[in-house]
Amino acid sequence: MDLSTTYMGLTLKNPLVPSASPLSKELDGIKRLEDAGAGAVVLYSIFEEQISFEAEELDHFLTQGTDSFAEALSYFPQASEFNLGPDEYLEHIRKAKAATKIPIIASLNGMTTGGWIDYAKKMEQAGADALELNIYFLAADATQDSAAIEQTYVDIFKAVKAGVKIPVSVKLSPFFSSITAMTKKLDAAGVDALVLFNRFYQPDIDLQKLEVTPGVVLSSSNDLRLPLRWIAILYGKLKASLAGTTGVHSAEDAVKLIMAGADVAQMCAALLVNGPAYLGKVLKDMQAWMEKNGYESVAKMKGSMSQKNVAEPAAYERANYIKALNQYKIK
Amino acid sequence: MARRMISVDGNEAAALVAHKINEVIAIYPITPSSPMGEWSDEYSAKGMKNIWGTIPLVTELQSEGGASGAVHGALQTGALTTTFTASQGLLLMIPNMFKIAGELTATTFHVTARTVATHALSIFGDHSDVMAVRSTGWGLLSSNSLQEVHDFALIAQAAALKARVPFVHFFDGFRTSHEVQKIEELTEDDMRHMIDDELVFAHRSRALSPDRPVLRGTAQNPDIFFQAREAINPYYEACPAIVQEMMDRFAKQVGRSYHLFDYVGAADAERVIILMGSGAEAVQETVEYLQPKGEKIGLLKVRLFRPFSAEHMLQALPKTVKAIAVLDRTKEPGAVGEPLYQDVVSSLGEAMILGRLPFAMPRVIGGRYGLSSKEFTPAMVKAVFDELKKTAPKNRFTVGINDDVSGTSLAYDAGFKTEGEDVVRAIFYGLGSDGTVGANKNSIKIIGEETDNFTQGYFVYDSKKAGTVTVSHLRFGPRPIHSTYLIDSANFVACHQQVFIEKFNVLEKAAPGSTFLLNTLESKDTVWDSLPRELQQEIIEKKIKFFIIDAYKVAKDTGMGVRINTIMQTCFFAISGVLQREQAIKMIKNSIKKTYGKKGEQVVQQNFAAVDHTLAHLFEVKVPDKVTSTRSMPKLIPDEAPEFVRNVVAKVLANHGDDVPVSAMPVDGTFASGTTQWEKRNIALEIPVWDPEVCIQCGKCSMVCPHAAIRQQAYDPKHLKDAPPTFKSADSRGKDFPAGWKYTIQVAPEDCTGCTLCVEACPAKNKLEPAKKAINMAPQPPIREQERENYKFFLNLPVLDRGQIKVASVKGSQFLTPLFEYSGACAGCGETPYVKLLTQLFGDRAIISNATGCSSIYSGNLPTFPYTFNQDGRGPAWSNSLFEDNAEFGFGYRLTIDKHTEFAHELAKRLAAEIGEDLVTALIAADQSSEAGIAEQRKRVQALKEKLAGSKSREAKHLLSLADMFVKKSVWIVGGDGWAYDIGYGGLDHVLASGRNINVLVLDTEVYSNTGGQMSKSTPLGAVAKFAAAGKPLPKKDMGMIFMTYGNIYVARTAMGYNDLQTVRAFIEADAYDGPSIIMAYSHCIAHGIAMHKGMEEQKAAVESGHYILFRYNPMLAAQGQNPLKLDSKAPAIKYEDFAYRETRFKMLTKSMPDRAKDLLQRAQASIHSRWNMYEGWAAMKYGEGEEKKAE
Repeated sequence: MDLSTTYMGLTLKNPLVPSASPLSKELDGIKRLEDAGAGAVVLYSIFEEQISFEAEELDHFLTQGTDSFAEALSYFPQASEFNLGPDEYLEHIRKAKAATKIPIIASLNGMTTGGWIDYAKKMEQAGADALELNIYFLAADATQDSAAIEQTYVDIFKAVKAGVKIPVSVKLSPFFSSITAMTKKLDAAGVDALVLFNRFYQPDIDLQKLEVTPGVVLSSSNDLRLPLRWIAILYGKLKASLAGTTGVHSAEDAVKLIMAGADVAQMCAALLVNGPAYLGKVLKDMQAWMEKNGYESVAKMKGSMSQKNVAEPAAYERANYIKALNQYKIK
Repeated sequence: MARRMISVDGNEAAALVAHKINEVIAIYPITPSSPMGEWSDEYSAKGMKNIWGTIPLVTELQSEGGASGAVHGALQTGALTTTFTASQGLLLMIPNMFKIAGELTATTFHVTARTVATHALSIFGDHSDVMAVRSTGWGLLSSNSLQEVHDFALIAQAAALKARVPFVHFFDGFRTSHEVQKIEELTEDDMRHMIDDELVFAHRSRALSPDRPVLRGTAQNPDIFFQAREAINPYYEACPAIVQEMMDRFAKQVGRSYHLFDYVGAADAERVIILMGSGAEAVQETVEYLQPKGEKIGLLKVRLFRPFSAEHMLQALPKTVKAIAVLDRTKEPGAVGEPLYQDVVSSLGEAMILGRLPFAMPRVIGGRYGLSSKEFTPAMVKAVFDELKKTAPKNRFTVGINDDVSGTSLAYDAGFKTEGEDVVRAIFYGLGSDGTVGANKNSIKIIGEETDNFTQGYFVYDSKKAGTVTVSHLRFGPRPIHSTYLIDSANFVACHQQVFIEKFNVLEKAAPGSTFLLNTLESKDTVWDSLPRELQQEIIEKKIKFFIIDAYKVAKDTGMGVRINTIMQTCFFAISGVLQREQAIKMIKNSIKKTYGKKGEQVVQQNFAAVDHTLAHLFEVKVPDKVTSTRSMPKLIPDEAPEFVRNVVAKVLANHGDDVPVSAMPVDGTFASGTTQWEKRNIALEIPVWDPEVCIQCGKCSMVCPHAAIRQQAYDPKHLKDAPPTFKSADSRGKDFPAGWKYTIQVAPEDCTGCTLCVEACPAKNKLEPAKKAINMAPQPPIREQERENYKFFLNLPVLDRGQIKVASVKGSQFLTPLFEYSGACAGCGETPYVKLLTQLFGDRAIISNATGCSSIYSGNLPTFPYTFNQDGRGPAWSNSLFEDNAEFGFGYRLTIDKHTEFAHELAKRLAAEIGEDLVTALIAADQSSEAGIAEQRKRVQALKEKLAGSKSREAKHLLSLADMFVKKSVWIVGGDGWAYDIGYGGLDHVLASGRNINVLVLDTEVYSNTGGQMSKSTPLGAVAKFAAAGKPLPKKDMGMIFMTYGNIYVARTAMGYNDLQTVRAFIEADAYDGPSIIMAYSHCIAHGIAMHKGMEEQKAAVESGHYILFRYNPMLAAQGQNPLKLDSKAPAIKYEDFAYRETRFKMLTKSMPDRAKDLLQRAQASIHSRWNMYEGWAAMKYGEGEEKKAE
């Protein structure tokens, strides 16, 4: 059985790829993911803020109060070299590459077109096989219209892409007036893959403390529906590869995504809950399912249930909504 | 190997050599020598090797006494060993120094000569410490300049090895140790050439070794001790020639020639000054200025003070000499004269008697100058030369002060100046936090390294730690700079903060025709009118060229935030003309790359942008020909201040302290307390504003305020009658006060430092606008006037009766008047809230002994003092003895109080008939366990005094003088962890074991904070500190556990940020316990590398992680059959890293040594678990088991 897949020009031995998460923070975690059978690993994200501010923050605290009082002209020994966030991350890429055989996809998370983008080149030099650009942007500014926002996405992508030769994917949120138009724009700009979708961490309110509290709510299989639909709709309409993320918790989930048209199925929550080895189980189950159902390769399965291939293409669009509502009423 | 030119300060110049030619370095921090130890530690941490190819072992000891012991041991076992110290540190080494010299052991100590504490401590420079060791048998070699420091560090060691006489190589504290100059760096080849390996082998061969066992350190009897002592004489006789030999060897190798005595001046000089140290530089400058004008004068620099070679001195003096002035930078009260004077007189006299004097006996006078880094200028030098012209010159004179008491001082013409016009003399006024000093050090480097100019930088700092003013003095010129004094006539003055122009005359030192650069928010059209009259006048009269920049705008626009250092530096280069503009900008950028490169590209780019944007915002202001301003500079001290504050403190605040005459000074170091209240510093940009609607009246804001600048009060509403219109009040909540009473929280607007700890601590939220609390920060200037009036009104509200207040609560304690206010501690200080609480609870009967350190500096550094007194004139009596003896010093207080109380009781009983039995019984048996009880006792004491007032009997008079002893006193021994865990531990242990009623407060910042963050035994595992650059590998010493084992000591550990009520209880219990008590109080600190306004959150995290376990161990409970240990914090609830990695002291290791950081973190976490188990186990133990057994 041939489980291999092609994702933004890279050949992966199978389509299961752990998405950016704390699991890849330690080298050991990456190795365990590889051992479990991951086709590639997306490293945890380095944030624009880390690149821009960590150095500044360290500088601030190391120099705070210095040269002010005759007896204490400084408060810390002068360290010769600091491995700041960005340097540490590059070192991490190097180590991950040296320790594994699978493609290592570095992840860069930002929202402006500032100087931090140069960092992509350093990631490439450190050995990353590809970059995943996570544009985490909350459109809270009413003076910025949708066209401007979409243009920002394209500009950031172009700026990153211009500096590197390795493939670059963009991880998007689902909050666009038109996903298809947005993806089309990025596709036209030369994006190598689209990763659908980003999960925004929605804040909560602590009623006791009257504070807004951040919190991570992990996905469940139900959350698969959103990427499933859009991948099914986009399949075959773009040059870029497609990755589904959010809600892949079982072999069935992965199979569904691939059938909808995904080149890879990215996993996060299930691995955080069950540990890296769980990927192996999903892979084994997927293989078993394919065998049982007579699919000899991932390639054959890919896109088989996409909008353009299904009997009822409208099911992915508005008609599906009416049907769903009716079902709800019947219940 | 070619020699490089380097820009360094004196400490680095010494450390660079010392680290290369030693194997073991035992250190202990003391200002101003600490950087030598820090450099050595850093060199070794970086793997730098000595000239024999091995990395020297650098170890911190618990005191200078300890360091000298370790040095002695290391020397005796054959290692080339050194240490660095000053002042009291050197004094603590004296016992070992006698031994080391007595055993003819080769070593060199590098000493930044610093004032020894007498009537006061001083961190500044003079020779009183070095002179105190002149009887130890050590060689004393003096460096006068930075190049000499570098050279003599090597020459001293070379000579010591050959002579077998140990050397103190000394140079002037601050003036030389902290001055920055360009010097030529010695190479390893130079050092190898000077340090003879054969002598190193000889040193090793004398070492103690079981392979060739010998005995040293014997005890001798009257029969032979004397002879043995005299046996060393040949070594001392040979020593001066050996030093000269090494100087000659050095000259041959390096080219710089030195002699035991170096003469500068006219070959036919008739008047000569003899001195040593940095002052010799100023004398040289004066001689070189006056000699070409025909003055027959000269200078004899003393290099080798011990062993003193009279022969070499006589040879060095010009034969024409007729009058000599010997200048000593020390004072020996009661002596015939100061030490150098005596040596010179003896040498001349002896030679004269023996007929060996090559000239007629000159007239010799001695004088003192420069104590505690007092300025020593060419004008003063000239006064000395002029004095020598007189037929009856003054002997035992002073110069540099106005001694209007004993008339010792020489008058001098302050207008006399010797500096060449081709020397650039620049003064920069900055804030400690704006990076001015750093930028100037950088400019010196640039000019020094990129041009042929000679450079000099000297920096004057504030004696406060919040809102500190720094003054940088920079000189650049074509000839070597000998000006070892502050710039008095600047051709460039920069004021980096507009607020300064309101506080002091920044152009006082500006020369006519000079350039003035002001950082201001004003435009070039409006700035003139914003200046006070005095400044306008200076600009017009001196024809000053006036430039402005809005550096804060440039900084903001270029992403630099509030960091204006690079911008101001660019302005300096752009208008001073020291370098070509383009060249200068290139150099600045190169140096930015060097400085910030390791901190990341982003920071570099921002700095580049700042440089590029600066010139477009730099404008010359057209100066009108008339003064237009109607505003004068405000008075620094209000008229209602006490006389001393108006006459003396005001001068010091205006930077005119040098003009204060001797007669204005207390003779014994005694000052009135409560003077910070007169110094309105106005350093906060924003201050808290109270919202009575939202306030829940908990008192937490007042509790955490480090500066007592936010206070609460409850009062009868009738007092609001004359309240200023904006004075706020709310109905008093709760049942503590009568119904209808009012409550106010008031800020001291001009004393607040704007730290925002209070806002962070405020638990009340505005329900409609949860971003707001019951106190919120608002810009200070618009509300300064109104709040000043409000605060004045607030302070005049009636003080609550202490007996009526529930003091054992957070809120209650905050109704007590703080008797520690507006100190010079850092904004957001973690220590002072505890000190303030102490004064609120017990201040009216407290007597405090304070270890040297942050707490002694913010409590007792001139010009103003935060300890104050209440409406009855009572308040804490405070003193600082030394660093090491604090526990014993405070114990001495207790001994007096115990003895005098006992004596008072005896006298009262004896005089019972006269006083009345009832009163005596009541006085002796008084219950003083409550505030009400104490108030009653005070009344009885008053009655006693009235009864005794007319009595003539001797015993009655004695009882009258001891009557106050009937009121219980609270003895507090306060200090930091450096004192308690390290240098003072032995004494602390002893006095706690004494059983006497003392209270110890350890302000635990987990580092030596005052000297800049060196490791103590309180430093936690994994934290980076100086002397622990790679993170401390061992856990914090658990002093709580240690002292609990005594069983009879009250021990508490507290952290106000975790549980403020527990803090209040611990203080009250410690005071109440009639025996020894110790409280360890977690104090967040700027040396932790934290956001200071989050200090209380840091404390909370420290406790929640289990790092700082809170408890109270009260022996009284054991006496009642209960477990005396009560844990006041819960089992670790957060991971250690969730506390540690909030703070730079831990986090930086993950950036510099990630693997080691991980390892230390794991070990720290493990140690926390085991420690918690130990505490939990103890707290669960059954006490009073005997009782239970009986019951069985």
